[in-house]
Amino acid sequence: MSPADLAVATSGLTKRFGTRAAVDGIDLAVPTGAVYGFLGPNGSGKTTTIRMLLGLIEPTAGSRTLLGQPMPAGAGETLPRVGSLVEGPAFHPYLSGRANLARLDAADRYADPWSARSRIDAALERVGLLAAAGKKYRAYSLGMRQRLAIGASLLMPRDLLVLDEPTNGLDPQGTREVRSLVGSLAADGATVLVSSHLLTEVEQVCTHLGVMSDGHLVAQGTVAEIRSGAVATIRLQTGELDAAATVLTGLGVTNVQRVGLEVHGLPGDLEPERIVAALVGAGVGVRGFVVDAPSLEDLFVTMTGEGFDVSG
Amino acid sequence: MSVAEKGVEQGEVGTRHTGSTATRPRAVSTRLLRSELGLIMGRRRNQMGMLVLAALPVVLAVAVKLTAPNREGHDAGDFLVQATANGLFVPLAALTLEMTLFLPMAIAMLSGDAIAGEANLGTLRYLLTVPVNRTRLLAVKYASLVIGALIGVTIVTVVGAVVGIALFGAGPMLTLSGVQIGVWSAVGRVALVALYCAAGIAALGAVGLFVSTLTEQPMAATVTVMIVTIVSWILLGVNQLAFLHPWLIVDHWMSFSDLFREPPLWSNLLQGLGQDLAYAVVFWLAAWARFTSKDITS
Repeated sequence: MSPADLAVATSGLTKRFGTRAAVDGIDLAVPTGAVYGFLGPNGSGKTTTIRMLLGLIEPTAGSRTLLGQPMPAGAGETLPRVGSLVEGPAFHPYLSGRANLARLDAADRYADPWSARSRIDAALERVGLLAAAGKKYRAYSLGMRQRLAIGASLLMPRDLLVLDEPTNGLDPQGTREVRSLVGSLAADGATVLVSSHLLTEVEQVCTHLGVMSDGHLVAQGTVAEIRSGAVATIRLQTGELDAAATVLTGLGVTNVQRVGLEVHGLPGDLEPERIVAALVGAGVGVRGFVVDAPSLEDLFVTMTGEGFDVSG
Repeated sequence: MSVAEKGVEQGEVGTRHTGSTATRPRAVSTRLLRSELGLIMGRRRNQMGMLVLAALPVVLAVAVKLTAPNREGHDAGDFLVQATANGLFVPLAALTLEMTLFLPMAIAMLSGDAIAGEANLGTLRYLLTVPVNRTRLLAVKYASLVIGALIGVTIVTVVGAVVGIALFGAGPMLTLSGVQIGVWSAVGRVALVALYCAAGIAALGAVGLFVSTLTEQPMAATVTVMIVTIVSWILLGVNQLAFLHPWLIVDHWMSFSDLFREPPLWSNLLQGLGQDLAYAVVFWLAAWARFTSKDITS
């Protein structure tokens, strides 16, 4: 894929804080029009990457382009086309939600002051905050704050949205709304880069996935490509374990082993139909046959490591 | 606005269809500066601060009125004693007092909010990704500090003049040289004093802006600026350190009394303005060097 087709591209992007590499030589490729799920546990380097993409911090090494323009040189032209949510919402506590958006709009030299009011209201409407627009930000709940931050990224028409953990602090209903919002933005033609430490929250809307672990990009591609990386296992229940194992090995199934009253193995590219046919053909009675493909979730855990340990 | 128009505008919101051309940015926009001033003036703490600034000349004038016949010496110098003869001396006495502590504290608080305050709230990262160019942001922030300095000094001066004239009346003014000047000439010179004081406070604002780029704690920036001010006043009071005095930001802040000689003594005033300008330029550039190369991790 040529760089021109990529909304976000990085090459060897690295950021060291002291001696520790928070992000270590990653090559992101977010195709134009994609909904890219940027996954990884807390502390795996997602936010640092996003900060580098947006020009907030300078990488130690490597380069990055946003909408075809190198950053940070192209920031003035590119960033007005990029809506972003970085590491949670941040607003002036003693201003209302509407006044906070007005302030951000005032800072944008591309924004037309005459349409500010209607654009701000439309953005508030889109995130369901219009009724609470006059309330002071400090009185907002975490979910409302998160919505306001998403609303701020929608003040202007955008070609790219970079949303860092947009579902943080939202209840299941809010999470679903954000998902459908992401879907509708993508349907309008925008590219969306959405990060999350929870696969389940973004899986359904993503066309592409990138998985971070401890500063490395351990997997990247379309959802189908990532899924195909999943190694299926077969589990055969039979009365003739030895004969079954011989047949399976003869077919090219690898890692064949007896587990209790079952025979397990890795079928590789072999079709399950052929395996069963061969077993029956050889006179092995098949009591049960299961092909186990690990879920995306299992894959994610395998790639990033389990548990609550934060990479540090 | 008709319903149809509204629908069209709302339809635009959210995404731009690929291939559409971006409109040109407005070359000059005062929206951010106006938003900045709104933020400063709308903040309750700053409103209280302005009340404090305004209260001092009132207290001074009333105190002088109540003890009118007593012309004993006073800290605010000759101005306060002369206030009984001419109300226009009240703003001068008030500025003499407020330039030492209250006005520097006001600008110290505003400059703490400027960058460190936004970093502390996290709003800095959202301003920068709008995007606001970092140099432009520093320019707007400093412009708002200069305007803040002007507003603070103007409050003291105007309230002082109004209360002074109300209590003591205005008339031809007896200058320090013993020559009388007309009332309008006196008003003009009071206005010049206000501008001169604002220049000093604005220069201190540049120091504050620089400190503000060093920290994410607005209070730390404010305290640092106050320490700089207080230490400067202390050093200025030590005659053995005279060689150091031309380098102090407060060196000529009190020279505005030279405007009340006839003719005015310009040399100290011009030197004072030169010092203010030097401080403003050096510290704004230091802030720029720091801020434009800084990783924003807040």
